[in-house]
Amino acid sequence: MFRLIWFELIKTFTRWRTYIGFMAFGIIVPMVVTGLKLGGQNSFKRSLISMLQNDFIIGGNILNGWFFGFFFMGALWVHVPIVLTIVAGDQIAGEGNAGTFRFLLTHSVSRTRIIAAKFIVTLIYTAAMVLFIGGLTIGLSLWAFGGGELLVIRRGILVIQEARLPYLFLTAYGLAALAMFVVSSLCFLFSSFTDNSIGPIIATMAVIIVSIIIISLPFEMFQAIRPYLFVNYFDAWQKVFDDPVPWNIIRTDIAILAGFTIAFFIMAVLYFSRKDILS
Amino acid sequence: MTDIILRTVNLTKRYKDRLAVDHLNIEVRQGEIFGFLGPNGAGKSTTIRMILRLIFPTEGDVELFGASLKKAGHRALEKVGAVVEKPAFYGHLSAFRNMEILGGLQKTVTRRRIMEYLERVGLADRACDPVKTYSHGMNQRLGLALILLKEPQLIILDEPTTGLDPQGMKEVRELILELSGERGVTVLLSSHLLYEVEMIATQMAIIHHGRLRVGGSVHDLLKKGPSEVLIKTDRPSEAVQFLKANEVYKSAMIHSGGIKIELDQDCVPELNRRMVDAGFNVNAMVPQRSLEAYFLNLTEGRES
Repeated sequence: MFRLIWFELIKTFTRWRTYIGFMAFGIIVPMVVTGLKLGGQNSFKRSLISMLQNDFIIGGNILNGWFFGFFFMGALWVHVPIVLTIVAGDQIAGEGNAGTFRFLLTHSVSRTRIIAAKFIVTLIYTAAMVLFIGGLTIGLSLWAFGGGELLVIRRGILVIQEARLPYLFLTAYGLAALAMFVVSSLCFLFSSFTDNSIGPIIATMAVIIVSIIIISLPFEMFQAIRPYLFVNYFDAWQKVFDDPVPWNIIRTDIAILAGFTIAFFIMAVLYFSRKDILS
Repeated sequence: MTDIILRTVNLTKRYKDRLAVDHLNIEVRQGEIFGFLGPNGAGKSTTIRMILRLIFPTEGDVELFGASLKKAGHRALEKVGAVVEKPAFYGHLSAFRNMEILGGLQKTVTRRRIMEYLERVGLADRACDPVKTYSHGMNQRLGLALILLKEPQLIILDEPTTGLDPQGMKEVRELILELSGERGVTVLLSSHLLYEVEMIATQMAIIHHGRLRVGGSVHDLLKKGPSEVLIKTDRPSEAVQFLKANEVYKSAMIHSGGIKIELDQDCVPELNRRMVDAGFNVNAMVPQRSLEAYFLNLTEGRES
């Protein structure tokens, strides 16, 4: 199995499309940090002060690297799925399109193992992308704006001591990665249905967009189906910044996100194991 | 103990209303080079894909080395190497990497062995180049190298010489004969180049509309029934008149500067003797009976 995973790693990480996301965020994040450093930070400051100055005395470096790291995570989680699907959507469909299944599947290796190896590499890529974005945003923000306590405005105002922040951010990245695993595994499932890589990307993004619209609308009917939509649990990472941290709710979110990921993988295996390879 | 390596048992594939393969029964024995023929859309590729478990039969089964493909699943393919249709590789990777990945799925392959087989097909000097820079012929050779790397006991080749230059085609034919002769490898060969099958296959089957039309030894099948003989002589017009006078040779006619006549292969020596006795200079008598004529007759329904 390790050999299969290693082969899939070679195939995935030697293609330029794998690095599109890394390149995109590698350009965007430094650009935004530069923009903030060159004056954009002031507009944050003005709006924060206007919001808080009547009730609080503001002192110290509130707009620090941790603050912008938190801001980046909140702003980017909608965009990350786009780059993830570029790789996840190609994992099975790409082989079908290229015709390489004609060699790959005519060996004494089960389809389940081949699919499992592909899936594991998809998750590795997803985790690498989330950690890259997290590391880049926090690293650059701390370098540009320094450290300090984190001001979180979410269900009230919370100030978190800097000593706790590395641990909380690491936990948050872990939860963000788990949420993105669901996106990748859904795209992976769609990829098993077709020989065209574009279809899974579009289908996955369509599901995410429609789901976000549904959970955003305050209609009673939509609220009822909200718990069944995986995007409803995408904000699990934010909960580690609550006080007290709602670990019970986070544990439930983890179970649900993992459940979606496993369910999508099993569906992909079941479908692909009996799929006729016609390409 | 049976020497049957591959057997299809009522193998059937239906796509909605279309029957692609219809209760096909073929047997391939140890050491044979088995020609698998049929016009486009006859069901050859579908059959090969079912044998290789790329597609699943609607009905029937495949037995490989005595094991049912339905029961044994992917494990039945352990001793099988195949190139199905156009060989496809990871274009962004080198030939070496492709060999390492696609050849190493079952067991680790050493660098020495990969290079040995790349050398065997004449690709060693391009081993590090991305496969996307390869010509179609080079891809075909890489596909063969990949099969050899697996050291299979049964090789399934779907149009293996397509896109190769004459030298490449000759090399592939020689390779197949070498594998079969020296190493005892069984070969199932699907080809549109019928003369190719005629040249190297020992057994063959022809399918049409998904059904087996005929099967048996290439030699026996080609011996059956009348065939054409092209005669090169000094006076073709007079020779045709002479031949037509005899009921047996009434099919004689001028063709390409010579004479074409429909005749059993066994009657050719007698014809030669009669023409020489009648004073004609017979420069050549070339049997025109080929698998191609046989195949066309069969698939066009002119032959029983």
